[in-house]
Amino acid sequence: MNDIWQGIGEALRLVFSLDADLFEIVLRSLHVTVTAVAIASAIALPLGAWLAVSRFRMRRFTIAALNTLMGLPPVVVGLIVYILFSRSGPFGVFGLLFTPTAMIIAQVIIVTPLIASISHQAIRDLWADYHDLLISLNTTKRQRIVTLIWDSRRSLLTASLAGFGRAIGEVGAIMIVGGNIDHVTRVLTTAIALETGRGDFALALGLGFILIALAFIVNMTIHVLSKTERERRW
Amino acid sequence: MSQSSSIFPLRLENIQVRKRGNVLLNDISFSLVGNLTTVVMGPNGSGKTTLMRLMHGLERPRQGSLNWAITSEQARSKQSFVFQTPIMMRRRVDENLYYPLKLVATPKQETDLLVNHWLSATGLANKAKLPAQFLSGGERQKLAIARAMITKPQVLFLDEPTTNLDGQSTREIEALLRKVKPDGTCIVLSTHDLGQAKRLAEQVVFLNKGHLCEVSDAPQFFQKPQSSAAQLYLDGDIVE
Ligand SMILES: Nc1ncnc2c1ncn2[C@@H]1O[C@H](COP(=O)(O)OP(=O)(O)O)[C@@H](O)[C@H]1O
Ligand SMILES: [Mg+2]
Repeated sequence: MNDIWQGIGEALRLVFSLDADLFEIVLRSLHVTVTAVAIASAIALPLGAWLAVSRFRMRRFTIAALNTLMGLPPVVVGLIVYILFSRSGPFGVFGLLFTPTAMIIAQVIIVTPLIASISHQAIRDLWADYHDLLISLNTTKRQRIVTLIWDSRRSLLTASLAGFGRAIGEVGAIMIVGGNIDHVTRVLTTAIALETGRGDFALALGLGFILIALAFIVNMTIHVLSKTERERRW
Repeated sequence: MSQSSSIFPLRLENIQVRKRGNVLLNDISFSLVGNLTTVVMGPNGSGKTTLMRLMHGLERPRQGSLNWAITSEQARSKQSFVFQTPIMMRRRVDENLYYPLKLVATPKQETDLLVNHWLSATGLANKAKLPAQFLSGGERQKLAIARAMITKPQVLFLDEPTTNLDGQSTREIEALLRKVKPDGTCIVLSTHDLGQAKRLAEQVVFLNKGHLCEVSDAPQFFQKPQSSAAQLYLDGDIVE
């Protein structure tokens, strides 16, 4: 119990002393995760919409595959990215292992199926509503996809935020591909793992509370968004 | 949107439509030349919706042929369809009207003029900036009609447009439809409301149980229909 109070105290001290190392770590966490979620969304939202409006033979299989990929263990993703980008791997020449870029790549792989799956469900529901109208208006497939993405933008933002929530707290993959190098690839989650290993529970907990605060802000945003969605305020 | 080539006549020959093993329409043959307001009549479940969707290209015939004067792809871009339950896009009222114009890249000046024209024609100008989902049933149907008319189609299909509405809304919608005719748009409307058919029809297509009973000019249909099913229907009997 004492450890928790110390952790809270440490968190407050770190925040209010504007601890330079802490801010570096928080910013890197945000940089890696926001970049990864942005890239993943750019792939997943059109993919989800395309899956909703398309009829093809492997459609059911593709959706099932997407849902399976959603459950990929991050550690395994990390391992695969590690092998691909290690010096002897096929992408070794890029020298990306142990850089934030490698961490972004791993996170993109982890959250793209999640965002695609959630957005596919949202867009499929809207497509059921719009189907007859958009066919009647002679829309092209491209116009349908753009219309559906735009008109379900609130739900899609929620999907992206869910991806953010998953990525910001992820430790296994980015530990493997990033290496938790101080001032280079250390982020909140890997720092917590390190401090816990060292026995500095107060610092680890302090970092943990900051992580929880970030996740909390994201969840509150999802909550407020889905509330405006229900009330159709924008 | 060019009015250059007419999409009429429409010819249907020996059409059959099936769904999940059920025959929804059978052996339907008739032509529309496009100069008359056409009302598709018949009891519930007689196939009115299916026939309208078929003509618009939303259903495919299992047998038979359906031909407009131009290719079916071109033909659909010169038609609009208003569904029985209006489909509101999750956008503002005015954005619902801009939408079909943007699809065909209309110049901005022209779109503004058209949108303003239809907002005032429907009496929705003061609700232009509201989400369309805030509208009442009657207002939704008026918006759906305006959205369908804004591209100046040659044919406007309306599937039971007033079935779920009260008398006042029905009057307003029929008044709106009368304004449409001088624009050179042919109206094809389905209804099971005899009064509405009498008020609007110049020509009647009567369906019963997926069969075409008759296609007649309105005065003749209401005085002396050719089919016994239509006679029973007009007499207010239950059509078997
Ligand atoms: N998707 C469908 N599958 C099977 N039967 C259908 C389907 N849609 C409509 N039907 C049936 O076809 C018949 C005609 O339907 P419909 O065209 O909607 O008639 P109406 O518009 O005149 O009420 C009805 O008996 C209805 O139950
Ligand atoms: Mg119907």
